[in-house]
Amino acid sequence: MDQAVRELSYAQAIQEAMAIALESDERVFLMGEDIGVYGGAFQVTGDLVERFGADRVIDTPISELGGAGVAVGAAVTGLRPIFEFQFSDFATLAMEQIVNQAAKMRYMLGGAVSVPVVMRFPAGSGTGAAAQHSQSLEAWLGHVPGLKVIQPATPYDVKGMLLAAVADPDPVMIFEHKLLYKTKGPVPEGYYTVPIGKAEIRREGRDLTIVATSIMVHKALEAAKTLEAEGIDVEVVDLRTIRPMDKETVIESVKKTSRLLCVYEGVKTLGVGAEVSAMIAESEAFDFLDAPIVRLGGAETPIPYNPELEKATVPQVPDILAAVRSLATGSR
Amino acid sequence: MTVAQAKAKNLPAGANLPFIYREYSAERLKLALHKMYLIRQFEEGAEESYMRGLIHGTMHLSIGQEASAMGICMPLTNDDQITSTHRGHGHCIAKGAEVSKMFAEFFGKTTGYCRGRGGSMHIADVTTGNLGANGIVGGGIPIAVGAALTAKRLKSDRVVISFFGDGANNEGAFHEALNMASLWKLPVIFVCENNGYGMSTSMARSTAVANVADRAAAYSMPGVIVDGNVLSEVAEASHEAVRRARLGEGPTLIESKTYRYRGHSKSDRNRYRTKEEIEDWMTNRDPIVRYENELMEFGIIDQAGIEAIREAVRKEIADGIEFAKASPSPEIRNLERYVYTETV
Repeated sequence: MDQAVRELSYAQAIQEAMAIALESDERVFLMGEDIGVYGGAFQVTGDLVERFGADRVIDTPISELGGAGVAVGAAVTGLRPIFEFQFSDFATLAMEQIVNQAAKMRYMLGGAVSVPVVMRFPAGSGTGAAAQHSQSLEAWLGHVPGLKVIQPATPYDVKGMLLAAVADPDPVMIFEHKLLYKTKGPVPEGYYTVPIGKAEIRREGRDLTIVATSIMVHKALEAAKTLEAEGIDVEVVDLRTIRPMDKETVIESVKKTSRLLCVYEGVKTLGVGAEVSAMIAESEAFDFLDAPIVRLGGAETPIPYNPELEKATVPQVPDILAAVRSLATGSR
Repeated sequence: MTVAQAKAKNLPAGANLPFIYREYSAERLKLALHKMYLIRQFEEGAEESYMRGLIHGTMHLSIGQEASAMGICMPLTNDDQITSTHRGHGHCIAKGAEVSKMFAEFFGKTTGYCRGRGGSMHIADVTTGNLGANGIVGGGIPIAVGAALTAKRLKSDRVVISFFGDGANNEGAFHEALNMASLWKLPVIFVCENNGYGMSTSMARSTAVANVADRAAAYSMPGVIVDGNVLSEVAEASHEAVRRARLGEGPTLIESKTYRYRGHSKSDRNRYRTKEEIEDWMTNRDPIVRYENELMEFGIIDQAGIEAIREAVRKEIADGIEFAKASPSPEIRNLERYVYTETV
């Protein structure tokens, strides 16, 4: 099929996905704070309210818990809500509905219902918004059976994964790094999906595997380019989904390269990298390792305001370069 | 005998019968009595099974609150929906569930409404519109508002009832949900079954207003207080709220003042209320006794008719327990089933 491919920003790709979902399925509607005439805090919903009306692009009061619950109730009874949190940090106000209700309702009722709700979480640091507007809480939700948790890294993926999420019968949580919103990439017109639960090898390499999530994928690719000139051939695996995790792709990559570095923005301890590392340690890939696994994650601190401190809180390209250089030459 | 004949026989000319005797047929009124017995005997049966070790975990009994559950559900159709609470057995039965499948759920069996995954605290019957009890105080309130949003969007005639207790009126979810429901004029009815205590903490010690219904004013909706132990009063308030909701006039908050005879849960030592208080409610205000007396007073049923219903319910309960006992338990290998929707 001929689908024209344009350069779109990550935010435009999300908006296009939502417009397609709204156009093609009467059951789909959007809910969130200031997503109507304001266009969303990050202008992701933009002018969708003008195209689809205030009944389908619903501004909610500042009521994250209640709003999330309304989305859950609507999903259980036949609609397909896409609920936008203004910042992922505000998930903390709605954890009850996300964790106790959305995630468990199908199970508690023995399969009598499904909860096809999509929740979008603008996440991550780098905007100078300090400790309560910069967190990466995806691992919190990744810990909850019943949820699916995704972190698309490119405009192509975010459109396809959002459309896959809308079509999914279960609750899907999308963590969108705010610094990705303005990044551009090729996006085909029209409907397509990118599967949830499938990692993507962004760069093939022989010497070392970097498993990265979200914005860290781009930092890892940038580092890989520099390292190529130094003769280190890095494979970059974009995890894309943290629950359910694509173990096979990661295991196969590590078996090939024998070295693993995990790079993620969430706090290092008990985070996505801990899960990936443990998963490899438990797998047949463990015997292939030539050096201990290394994790680069967020510092053990709230996100600070000062820009230099803020940068130092999360992994940057030089950190990745240093970690790879050390890991590529290290041995057990 | 019809209600009209009963009216002619027992009332002075010009006197008004209470609401339900004007609104419902004698059959419907007897069915309501049947269901109130069913609720009580179900809970007594569940309690006994618990004591005998046939049911594990815990349970929250609503014995004494039967008129509240039944009265609210009387004007509802099978298509209308409810969200319920941890004290939700009565709601489930009043909305139309079968006690055999409820017992099976309590016994943890695959034939239970939740295939043994939910138990008492998550009892549900989606086929009769019960979207589920809830282990989180106030957890079902926003969900009911979401279900009402669906009803409005799909232009169905459906209304949604959100049952909760007095304890939930101090949860943020209650306030957020009422505000949105009123703002968007959704067909939802908030039913606070005020049994006087959130676990051990009384209304006076927990709530800054005298009545939960007083809070309706803050959300621009009618707040109605009824004697939750008088079936007709509850049904009348529900009927009016359902009418409003179906006409698109928005939500109502009904406060049904009632009392639970049993403790909060199986761990309760009843230290926060007196024996006299409990006995007073049980002796003087029992909702089933009051309803029986009314039915007999208005000539709708006689003692033999009451005994016949009681006997039928006893058999239904005994059969339900036998069904539960004889049903298979889930297999361990299916532990992870229903976490996600199975894709074929």
